[in-house]
Amino acid sequence: MIRVSALLACLALAPLAGAVDSGQRFEDPVEQSRYERVIRDLRCLVCRSESIADSNAPLAADLRREVETLMRAGRSDEEIYAFMTERYGDFILLQPPVAPRTWLLWAAPVLFLAGGLAVVLVVVRRRARAAKANPAALDEEPDRP
Amino acid sequence: MKLPLRFLVPALAFAVLVGFFVVGLKRDPGEIPSPLIGKPAPAFALESLGDPARVVGPTDFAGRPWLLNVWATWCGGCRQEHDALLAIAERNRVPIMGLNWRDDRALALRWLAELGNPYDSVAYDPEGRTAIDWGVYGAPETFLIDGSGRVVKKHIGPISLDVWDREFLPLLGTAEVGP
Repeated sequence: MIRVSALLACLALAPLAGAVDSGQRFEDPVEQSRYERVIRDLRCLVCRSESIADSNAPLAADLRREVETLMRAGRSDEEIYAFMTERYGDFILLQPPVAPRTWLLWAAPVLFLAGGLAVVLVVVRRRARAAKANPAALDEEPDRP
Repeated sequence: MKLPLRFLVPALAFAVLVGFFVVGLKRDPGEIPSPLIGKPAPAFALESLGDPARVVGPTDFAGRPWLLNVWATWCGGCRQEHDALLAIAERNRVPIMGLNWRDDRALALRWLAELGNPYDSVAYDPEGRTAIDWGVYGAPETFLIDGSGRVVKKHIGPISLDVWDREFLPLLGTAEVGP
């Protein structure tokens, strides 16, 4: 149990270890945490599956500097995300926006869950009906993987 | 004959999955579509690579179609496409502006002296500020801007004469003339 919790703790800390940009950019801790949150939401376009907070790529460094500049100019989070998507498209957002063309994407987990539930429901009902019709058969049915 | 549901449902799901894969296979994940297409070219006024006193930018080509090629001496693909760029410049259909991205001026000038210069002018962007405005994420990238100042095409990766003829020339039409 201790081993498991130690492993879980390490895994939980792993994203922190990956952060490349750990430097303090803002005196104000609120602004600093806002900065850290925004750069974690933006994709590094060179490395694809990393945020610009985690990436060493020169472009990621440029984009971090850009986020800092925009924040110092008093832009809101939304304005910074809009600035980025106007230039790089929605792909730069690690979390895709909810729009008609992404509805299927966002609905997919719910749809899969509903599909699974429907299958379970059908199977359970069929078994219940079979058991009622022939209770003895239930015990004879071999276990199947 | 009626197919049992336990056969039909997985078969249908599989077909849908295959459909997604077929579409996915035909797409190049390396290419991120540019939101700039159809929009006015982002403005900039940068130092000329060869002459720091001179300012170059999109306004230099007002009313004419032109090409913006993002390059750097550290970029292997740029070396690869260089001969094609020289050939395109020789055909003289559109002026070509270079955007020298995150590079060293001396190295960039030596590169042009050694390999030949396909550019009518080169904007020097050592900090990559202008590159961000153009949504550049990897050199080389080539943009075509039409006479009304709109971005009409972005090519990601090394350009070739084949790509030029097939994807760029048709957009230029017949009425456009080079410089």
